[in-house]
Amino acid sequence: MSSRPSLRWAITDVATITRRNILALVRVPISVVFAIVQPVMFVLLFRYVFGGAIRTGSTAYVNFLIPGILVQTTIFGSIGTAIGLAEDLQRGLIERFRALPMARMAVLAGRTVADVARNVLVLVVITAVGFAVGFRPGGGVVPYLEASLLMLFFAFCLSWGFAYVGLAAPNSETAQAMTFPVVFPLTFASSIFVPVTGMPGWLQGFARNQPVAQAADAVRGLMLGQPHGSSAWLTLAWGLGILAVLAPLATARFRRAG
Amino acid sequence: MPEYAVETEDVVRTFRDGSVRALDGVSLRVPRGQVFGLLGPNGSGKTTMIRILSTIIAPTAGTARVNGFDVVHDADKVRRSIGLAGQFATVDENLTGVENLRMIGRLNHLSTRDALAKARELLDRFDLADAANRIAKTYSGGMRRRLDLAAALVADPPLLFLDEPTTGLDPQSRLGLWNIIEGLVEGGTTVLLTTQYLEEADRLARQLVVLDHGRVIAQGTSSELKSQLGATVLSLNFASAPDAERGLGLVSDLAATPPNVEGTLVEFTVRQGPASAADALRRLDTAGITLAGLALREPSLDDVFLTLTGHRAEDETSDVASPRRRGRRR
Ligand SMILES: Nc1ncnc2c1ncn2[C@@H]1O[C@H](COP(=O)(O)OP(=O)(O)OP(=O)(O)O)[C@@H](O)[C@H]1O
Ligand SMILES: [Mg+2]
Repeated sequence: MSSRPSLRWAITDVATITRRNILALVRVPISVVFAIVQPVMFVLLFRYVFGGAIRTGSTAYVNFLIPGILVQTTIFGSIGTAIGLAEDLQRGLIERFRALPMARMAVLAGRTVADVARNVLVLVVITAVGFAVGFRPGGGVVPYLEASLLMLFFAFCLSWGFAYVGLAAPNSETAQAMTFPVVFPLTFASSIFVPVTGMPGWLQGFARNQPVAQAADAVRGLMLGQPHGSSAWLTLAWGLGILAVLAPLATARFRRAG
Repeated sequence: MPEYAVETEDVVRTFRDGSVRALDGVSLRVPRGQVFGLLGPNGSGKTTMIRILSTIIAPTAGTARVNGFDVVHDADKVRRSIGLAGQFATVDENLTGVENLRMIGRLNHLSTRDALAKARELLDRFDLADAANRIAKTYSGGMRRRLDLAAALVADPPLLFLDEPTTGLDPQSRLGLWNIIEGLVEGGTTVLLTTQYLEEADRLARQLVVLDHGRVIAQGTSSELKSQLGATVLSLNFASAPDAERGLGLVSDLAATPPNVEGTLVEFTVRQGPASAADALRRLDTAGITLAGLALREPSLDDVFLTLTGHRAEDETSDVASPRRRGRRR
């Protein structure tokens, strides 16, 4: 039955679980629709309501805004990992998986990978909406793709942290609620919507250096073809750090849960 | 192949830092090639035992071997040699019947083609072929149950764990499932099933173990247990209460357990059903007492637990429900 090396099987298991999670997204498109509606509303709100009052120097606000929204949206997308795992746990599916001869990490990896796939879809849609409201990045196609890959990778790393939350929460509603105290300060106290220069001094230090702000600076710089210092490398480093710490924690939690 | 499909030694499992003792030193020996029944009232530890044997949770103390493999140290080998249908059907609601079984097949490391073929075959066998391409969310309770059971069979395991497989099924589906289980056993499969229905255990299981509060309180073949329990309940309906009182005095020595008197109705368990009934009739007849009714009936699980434990199945003292358990008391 299993003469093939176990790594190959582990990859097959991840693929099987990913496929299952993507099928669920297709079957319950409402969750994807919500994942798109919310950022679209943010785009419209900031572009047409608040945007006029926000000064972003020589850069048009719409060009400042869209890369930020993209980062915010992919990070919100990674919350789906916590919700999905909590649901599987609640429905007893995790219990069934635990009695199968599959790779232990496949349940978590299959979930985080499927959430990347959903994020890709959302990225494409929001980019299109951005273009419709006047977004004109000047950085070129390759940096644009680099920026997209960078934020997808960063969100993927965060997903592993949220996997831990999903496994620890008693149900999916609580799982979602538990992510907010982390996600809100990171996305709003950052350069996602407004330049940090307008914030009070005590906040600026945090808003400049925290990981999500680094990601926003890197993505914006790449997309617009502006200097972005070491923010891209720092984003990569933050992502790897989060992954290195939280993926083993989540996996340990998965082995233990029950 | 080891002699026993399942062999456990003093298995203990506690929850909530030891405040709940779900299993309190259980030793089991399940022989190959037959149905082995695990009986017990709500909260007696049946599901906990099944979860330990299927490697979902580890025992707090004691050892358990499944198909010769230790459930803790050789968990993966255990998983390769078992099929599990848990107490609550766990199908993926967003997938169709075929997709559910295909997924389980792939996770059991069948090739894509074999997984699909197996899925189709099982859907046919469980009468789900028509619903094969419908999302499981639209399935009825009985259909989910059957899909869940089909999932347990995907890898053709030599040992099956079925946790209350017929709870919630209509009588016809229950019969159908019994036939399937019997067919599997004929083909050499070992089945460990839990049930609350004595009738089911009686029909299917060659050997039984009765759990109560995480301990084995009785074991043996079904007939051994029955004679130990006082196999049948003799129910005598007298014409009047004074008759009942007088009649009881005449027959009470036939009772295997203290009689239960409610007005004109006298009930007690007897060791030799028909013989005891005839004996009782003869004695009453001689004394000139006419009966309004007489019945011999199989003891219900309640009778059994009353006899064995002195408390009814519902009297749960340590009733700390786990979050996922839904109350299903009868
Ligand atoms: N995860 C858990 N956390 C806390 N207590 C638990 C947990 N799982 C089981 N228990 C407790 O352990 C005891 C045995 O439970 P178990 O589910 O094994 O009983 P059961 O015989 O299957 O009952 P039922 O017939 O109702 O299914 C019960 O008192 C139950 O509340
Ligand atoms: Mg149970």
